[in-house]
Amino acid sequence: MSQFNFTRRGLLRGGAALGAGLAMPTIFTSQARASYLNEPTGSTVTLGFNVPQSGPYADEGADQLRAYQLAVEHLNGEGDGGMMNTFTSKALKGNGILGKKVQYVSGDTQTKSDAARASAKSMIEKDGAIMITGGSSSGVAVAVQALCQEAGVIFMAGLTHANDTTGKDRKANGFRHFFNSYMSGAALAPVLAKQYGTDRKAYYLTADYNWGYTTEQAVLESTEAMGWETVNKVLTPLAATDFSSYITPVVQSDADILVLVHYGGNMVNSLTNAVQFGLRDRMVNGKQFEIVVPLYSELMARGAGQNIKGIFGSQNWDWKLENQLGSRYIGTNAFVQSFGTKYGFPPSQAAHTGYVQALLYADAVERAGSFNPCAVVEALEGFEFDGLGNGPTLYRAEDHQCFKDVVVVKGKENPENEFDLVEIVEVTPTEQVTYPHDHPQFAGGALGTCNPGA
Amino acid sequence: MEAIILQILNGLDKGSAYALIALGLTLIFGTLGVVNFAHGALFMLGAFCAVTLSRLLSLAHVTVDPTRKDFLGNPLKVETPYVHEWFGPETGAAIIEWSVPLSILFAIPIMIVVGLAMERGLIKHFYKRPHADQILVTFGLAIVLQEIVKFYYGANPIPTPAPSAFAGSFDFGAMIGLDPGSIIYPYWRLIYFAFAAVMIAAVFAFLQFTTFGMVVRAGMADRETVGLLGINIDKRFTIMFAIAACVAGLAGVMYTPINSPNYHMGMDFLVLSFVVVVVGGMGSLGGAVLAGFLLGVLESFASMTEVLELIPGINQIIIYLVAIVVLLTRPRGLMGRKGVMEQ
Amino acid sequence: MLNLDKSDLRLFLLVAAALVLAPFILNPFPEGSNLAQFNAGYPDLMQRLVIFGIFAIGFNILFGLTGYLSFGHAAFLGVGSYAAIWMMKLLTMNVIPAIVVSIIVAGIFAALVGFISLRRSGIYFSILTLAFAQMSYSLAYSVLTPITGGETGLQPKINDPRILDAPLLDGATPTAGLFGIDMRASWQLSVGDWLFTFNFGYYFAAVVMLIAFYVSMRIFRSPFGMMLRAVKTNQNRLNYTGVNTRPYTLTAFIISGMYAGLAGGLLVAMDTQVGADRMFWTASGEVVLMTILGGAGTLIGPVLGAGFIKYMENVVSKINETVLHQWFYWLPDGLEDFVVSVIYPFVGKGWHLTLGLMFMAVVIFLPGGLMEGLRRLTQGRKKKADEKTGGAVATPAE
Repeated sequence: MSQFNFTRRGLLRGGAALGAGLAMPTIFTSQARASYLNEPTGSTVTLGFNVPQSGPYADEGADQLRAYQLAVEHLNGEGDGGMMNTFTSKALKGNGILGKKVQYVSGDTQTKSDAARASAKSMIEKDGAIMITGGSSSGVAVAVQALCQEAGVIFMAGLTHANDTTGKDRKANGFRHFFNSYMSGAALAPVLAKQYGTDRKAYYLTADYNWGYTTEQAVLESTEAMGWETVNKVLTPLAATDFSSYITPVVQSDADILVLVHYGGNMVNSLTNAVQFGLRDRMVNGKQFEIVVPLYSELMARGAGQNIKGIFGSQNWDWKLENQLGSRYIGTNAFVQSFGTKYGFPPSQAAHTGYVQALLYADAVERAGSFNPCAVVEALEGFEFDGLGNGPTLYRAEDHQCFKDVVVVKGKENPENEFDLVEIVEVTPTEQVTYPHDHPQFAGGALGTCNPGA
Repeated sequence: MEAIILQILNGLDKGSAYALIALGLTLIFGTLGVVNFAHGALFMLGAFCAVTLSRLLSLAHVTVDPTRKDFLGNPLKVETPYVHEWFGPETGAAIIEWSVPLSILFAIPIMIVVGLAMERGLIKHFYKRPHADQILVTFGLAIVLQEIVKFYYGANPIPTPAPSAFAGSFDFGAMIGLDPGSIIYPYWRLIYFAFAAVMIAAVFAFLQFTTFGMVVRAGMADRETVGLLGINIDKRFTIMFAIAACVAGLAGVMYTPINSPNYHMGMDFLVLSFVVVVVGGMGSLGGAVLAGFLLGVLESFASMTEVLELIPGINQIIIYLVAIVVLLTRPRGLMGRKGVMEQ
Repeated sequence: MLNLDKSDLRLFLLVAAALVLAPFILNPFPEGSNLAQFNAGYPDLMQRLVIFGIFAIGFNILFGLTGYLSFGHAAFLGVGSYAAIWMMKLLTMNVIPAIVVSIIVAGIFAALVGFISLRRSGIYFSILTLAFAQMSYSLAYSVLTPITGGETGLQPKINDPRILDAPLLDGATPTAGLFGIDMRASWQLSVGDWLFTFNFGYYFAAVVMLIAFYVSMRIFRSPFGMMLRAVKTNQNRLNYTGVNTRPYTLTAFIISGMYAGLAGGLLVAMDTQVGADRMFWTASGEVVLMTILGGAGTLIGPVLGAGFIKYMENVVSKINETVLHQWFYWLPDGLEDFVVSVIYPFVGKGWHLTLGLMFMAVVIFLPGGLMEGLRRLTQGRKKKADEKTGGAVATPAE
């Protein structure tokens, strides 16, 4: 009987001699001799970047992957170091993580939970990945987060905005840097009230799935608290491509605001259709008709083209933050500089959140002095940091959600170039978007305890 | 009342796209007996003809302007489209703006070539093969085509607006004698509907009133006898395939201002267009068109708030529900012929 | 033996041997070598290969024998999965009740759908099944969110009732198992540079597949199977002789739906999560492609087709630029970049392109699917001899 190992390639690359023998049953079970799953014993450590590479979010996934590759370079001490120079924690030394060179494997989530889990499992089982990160939808994030909890590796969520990821589906091994539906609502409401007044009638078109429900609820509750009235809310199928039949009733109602709770292709199409029907030229009750899109991204803005101009929404981060709002958002320029130099265009918020998550993980391992998921969880819980582009940020221990300022943006009227599509309107400070971890919109979940997988 | 009229307009508009795709699908099926799973991809290729033309027109030569900076602080590269230089900025801008209508001219030869190449190079060898093989090979082709488009254009939707002259909307209500302002409808959607009507009429007229069309119809009814009469029916069917490809492609071109095209738009329409064809009845051109408009209108009605309050979620399933009801009450769809694709 | 004739018995033993030895067969390359990327011998993929094999075997009972092309089989897989996960949440994490219930529920649903859809034949039948599947998908994703979890799906939670199970230990998460043996338990064997993983879940699924395969073999060889073939060959003639074919086709449809339910239940047993994506039309299309790709109507072809597609999805999609550079590092720099840039569009994010090209290549060059290719390989010599003597072409391998 030889010694059990699950670290497969890492161990072999490390040059350990292996004799023939049969090991004890242990993967994922408690009898392991290794202290945790996929413990890197050689000179390298493998991270798993699980991003959509096919399907509608493929471009977003490609941008995320670029950021991860950049992060790996910086962690290994190549390139200009990016945000490692501005990060308040100085644990990272540019010699890999804990002296081990960082390697990565990549996979395709296809934006389907089954495919995402299959891909993540292959990273864990075949490639010996110690951490999984990435993704571009909440369905995938929740599915992969649950998998990582069961398997015993850390999951650093990518772009996932639904409350559930750190609400009813929160897990001890999962962490989310991206903001969420509640924060979008809380950040948007005061700005909208200031711009459009408190006496407004809103009509909601909402994507008919979890993210749509939570985001609609968040925006609706925050704006109603400001005095807005809700005229109607209609659920639209995810598969819809032509939204005309949902837009025309809006024209006939007395609503003067249309909130499009759509993301990706849905949002591009519904916004395009709404503008086609002349909604933006309408005057209702003596007020200019307005459209609001709670969650925004640069890629969607590009897809919507002219139609996005002047439309309000919220973002996790924008590449112009530091230039426009000063050194509170330090790190932004460092990141834009190294990303832009390498790839020729500024990074999207999906890229930013991915890069930051990779750095935060590496830093937590350094500070904990171990790759053990439980040690990493401990290092990340309640961690306060700055210099990663969002200003002072807290990883809250109770639900593993990051708390930071939320950027309220609108589509730029006269873009100077193809990357300059959104304009920062205001930044809503952290205090206004913070909520208790047992807030009703996040109820029903339990973190459980960390699982080291062995 | 206005709400109903509006939803009918919406439905006709949606139905136009369904009908055009289904029409081509039925043409191919009726003439060649081939189940073409790549038909959605042809629609998508048409849309990307428009994207390509607008890119070609916007081809620019780059000059470096040292007085302005890009986001990294390097000197800004200014792009001036060649058409601006050749025709002056105003005419140049107008040409780029009119790229979608211009794409019709651009797309016709391309789609005909694509259609001919597809039929001669691939489909031809599958006439006698089982339908399952046809499905597999055309589905494979559809994947390949959309992956090629994805490779060059990415996965993100690409905005291709209509010329600004048609970008607005106009008062349809006043035109038909209702209160002014009661029914406002976008120009381009009405154009799309009119365009679809013309295309459909043209295809029917072509089949009905020309000798060529007569032979094709005869071939559809009884291929062997027509062949025995010494007519090269295969050649004509090849041309029909090219025409069907062209119909799908033009439907795609004209659709781009309504919704920004992306590489998987063909797949989004594929299943729907098969449902439309089958509801219309296999092998019936009229059935395909009728079913296209019918499903479009019903889909629009199902998304009205009043209906949704009555039956939540009906907008998710209406098309399939209608398909089931039609097929159970009319065994061969609305206007299907007996014995076609029933084995 | 086992009531099989000689050639069937050989095939059955071959399949059994392949299943037992899969961890070796699928891991031909030593760990750490550049080709290790092509290894498929890790638990998750082996489980998936087997489960989708079961799915395809079941689909083939309907399509291969009767010729009825269902375009909505993923619905039964999905319904089976939802049934299984609810059993795990409510009753016990033991996989047996979950799998049994998933077969039953999928069978009932198949009876319902089949009863209506089989009133029509040909493409009308295909579209009816497609319609039911798409409705199931759309509703599961949206309106039925309280039952299905919608977009985020269902997973076992710590605070689920699980009335038959003992309370969880502190800090433990619910895991699927068979009377206390964890589905994820694995043994590893290392021989030189090779490393082989034997996973309990995989072997459990393999045993189930062997049973499923045996049952399907018996159906193929039974009078009932003959009847189904008669339906495929000429349904009209059967009707004229006074045979009512509906009960036969409906039975085949239900059996095939139960196979799909079994596959769905097993998916949950191996990986405790269900999402509505599982029922999308592309999933139904995938099993059609698997069957045609492997060879419809042959016994083992669909399994090969399933393996082929799942292998592409899980292995080719993970080859990224870095991996390519590792492979070709020995080439001169310029040439290396060139070779990488030529291959790159076909792997990683371009894996769909390769898949599409393979579909086309197989159907163009191997009419009859992968089985045809195998037949040509194994019988090439024999066929030549046949041609010399003017003998008949070999019968398709079944």
